[in-house]
Amino acid sequence: MIELCAITKSFAVGLPYQLTAVRDVSLVIEQGQFVVIKGPSGSGKTTLLTLIGCMARPTSGRIMLRGLPHPGLPGSADSAEVEITSLPERFLTAIRRATFGFIFQHFNLVRGITVLENVMLPAYPTGEPYELFRSRALQLLELFSISRHAATPVDRLSGGETQRVAIARALINNPKVIIADEPTAHLDSGLSSEFMEILSTFQAQGKTVLIASHDPLVYESSIPDMVVQMRDGAITGITRQQ
Amino acid sequence: MSPTMRKSNIFILITCFNLALLLLLAAHARLGKQNAEVPQAVCAGIVKELQLTDLCLFTEARYTRHPSMADFHAPFQDHPGALDHFPSGSLVSPPRFSHEGL
Amino acid sequence: MSGLLARHRNIIDFALSSLLRRKAKNISLLAVYTLIVIIIASCMLFINALKQEAAAVLKDAPDMVVQKMVAGRHDLMPVSRGEVIGGITGVRGVTARLWGYYYDAVTRANYTLTVSDGGQPAPGSIYIGSAIARLTGFSQGDLMPLRTYKGESKLLQVVRVLPAEAEIVSADLIVLSEKDFRELFNFPAGFATDLAVSAGNPLELATIAAKIVHQFPDTRPIMKSEMLRTYDSIFDWRGGMIVVMFAVAVLAFIIFAWDKASGLSAEERREIGILKSIGWETADVLLLKFWEGAIISLTAFLCGATVAYCHVFFFSASLFEHALKGWAVLYPQFRLAPSINAYQLTILFFLTVVPYTAATIIPSWRSATVDPDSSMR
Repeated sequence: MIELCAITKSFAVGLPYQLTAVRDVSLVIEQGQFVVIKGPSGSGKTTLLTLIGCMARPTSGRIMLRGLPHPGLPGSADSAEVEITSLPERFLTAIRRATFGFIFQHFNLVRGITVLENVMLPAYPTGEPYELFRSRALQLLELFSISRHAATPVDRLSGGETQRVAIARALINNPKVIIADEPTAHLDSGLSSEFMEILSTFQAQGKTVLIASHDPLVYESSIPDMVVQMRDGAITGITRQQ
Repeated sequence: MSPTMRKSNIFILITCFNLALLLLLAAHARLGKQNAEVPQAVCAGIVKELQLTDLCLFTEARYTRHPSMADFHAPFQDHPGALDHFPSGSLVSPPRFSHEGL
Repeated sequence: MSGLLARHRNIIDFALSSLLRRKAKNISLLAVYTLIVIIIASCMLFINALKQEAAAVLKDAPDMVVQKMVAGRHDLMPVSRGEVIGGITGVRGVTARLWGYYYDAVTRANYTLTVSDGGQPAPGSIYIGSAIARLTGFSQGDLMPLRTYKGESKLLQVVRVLPAEAEIVSADLIVLSEKDFRELFNFPAGFATDLAVSAGNPLELATIAAKIVHQFPDTRPIMKSEMLRTYDSIFDWRGGMIVVMFAVAVLAFIIFAWDKASGLSAEERREIGILKSIGWETADVLLLKFWEGAIISLTAFLCGATVAYCHVFFFSASLFEHALKGWAVLYPQFRLAPSINAYQLTILFFLTVVPYTAATIIPSWRSATVDPDSSMR
């Protein structure tokens, strides 16, 4: 479970061009939920995702994780509650690596290297044995039907195939939470629905899914459990559907 | 996809091979030093027999052939305005003697 | 522990992938880098070996050589002075040395002619150095023509070719009898080229030298320690070509490092941002950059040092022959005793590996510390 309490994120604090991207946001996301954050560009969706995914720290407020793996913290069972806002960078990164899988809007793949290596990249610095995560990567490629591209440089793939590489990479460390930022921005409707289907299968496996999107195909879909509306950095409404 | 050898393994192998080669050469150097004693003795014998004072490295000019016998004005001994012998002249500097001034 | 090793190996994997993306550039960089290491290491090994050879071989050189000077030039030494010098306390013996240079117009080579003290070879015969034998094709039993200063031709029989192992001191030598020497050069009787003085106690040499100079102010004594010191400072680091070569090498290293140190391209910064966003820490990124630099410089050093050693000790530094030969026609075949100066090699290692690796890491520092979400803004 992820709980946000009065989260505010401001950039360039104290300077004339100070920007408050997220304003006093409180939210609870249950484990295994499929949540869509909807809103126009500039509403703070991306910033909120980075805060939840331990990629940035809020200017004020607290974020708590419960029931999610937090490796490296001595003496705490998985069920214990961890406040991540006060953790040093090292622990934050460790939690992020183990817990969250990010799918970026522009895919953020490393050009010039193969598909397989791109998928394996997040696992490189963990010290995990190579054979283990390599076989996992191959399984993921198999799952997304792109095994035949394993040795292909990533630049040569089509949009849809690149999308799937990005998803596979997000899953390499077996994260409990999948976060996607505007994932359908570069996809046609066919691929977009396919994307939603893929993510719902992961939800069925018990993973939590979090998507930020202003694409109606995403937030009007029947798959999400909860749709959070944002505008100007604040939540303006929450819709739950069953 | 057939598993080819990991790049890092190849690199580590090459590096270790190189290092082993270098160590082998170091051993060769140690061995070679002992083996060189005989030819060096032959050399030293000739030096003693003929009372030589210099190694025969550059045979172009007096001061490059016998640098220990030469002096500061040596490059001018060929003729005034003579250019230095290249490259030996720039490699062999005039020696420093305790009894200079001549 | 195995996790630490695994982490390094994984990062080396990616560093290699990263370098292989620009295969042509990095391979040519490696090639040039290695070449520079080969040249510098060859020089170091060659010079070191030469100095050691000199020390080992010249230890039996004359204790002192006394030259006579006139108007700053080397003049002939009256043999009679030898008797006077022989009377100085501490002097064990004085021998008149006869030696000089002979230019052979046919081969255009300079030979060093010298007379041995023992009375051998007999008049009419000569010993020749192995390089002369190689150059002229003369061998034992052949007759060699030499031109006297009077313009006549003199035939001398080669009775011995000096051993090839002694080539480094005798490559260009022709040893002949005193009679033939004086005849060849029209060398006046009663004079010698210089005097070789041997002392009973080598510590007294300085005193003896002072006495000689006091007695004959127009002479210059050269002590054995000074002769050896010549070869200590041979190929002086401060001299001419060596400075130029090292300057060029250092410049090359600087250029390589500069290319790295002048900051990262936008592409590289973007990539670091991506790595941070997928969970790489600052330390991981820096380790990556370290390995990118170390892979190239370490490989260049190891390959270069190995090739340099083989070049100097197995191929007798044949690359330098063209550089060192100059106008000389005769050039000895160096069969140097192999030796590695660990101190110099360590310095070369640090010069090769450290600046380049540092130049790869340091500019990445700033980029490596970006926030993980920077690639999303």
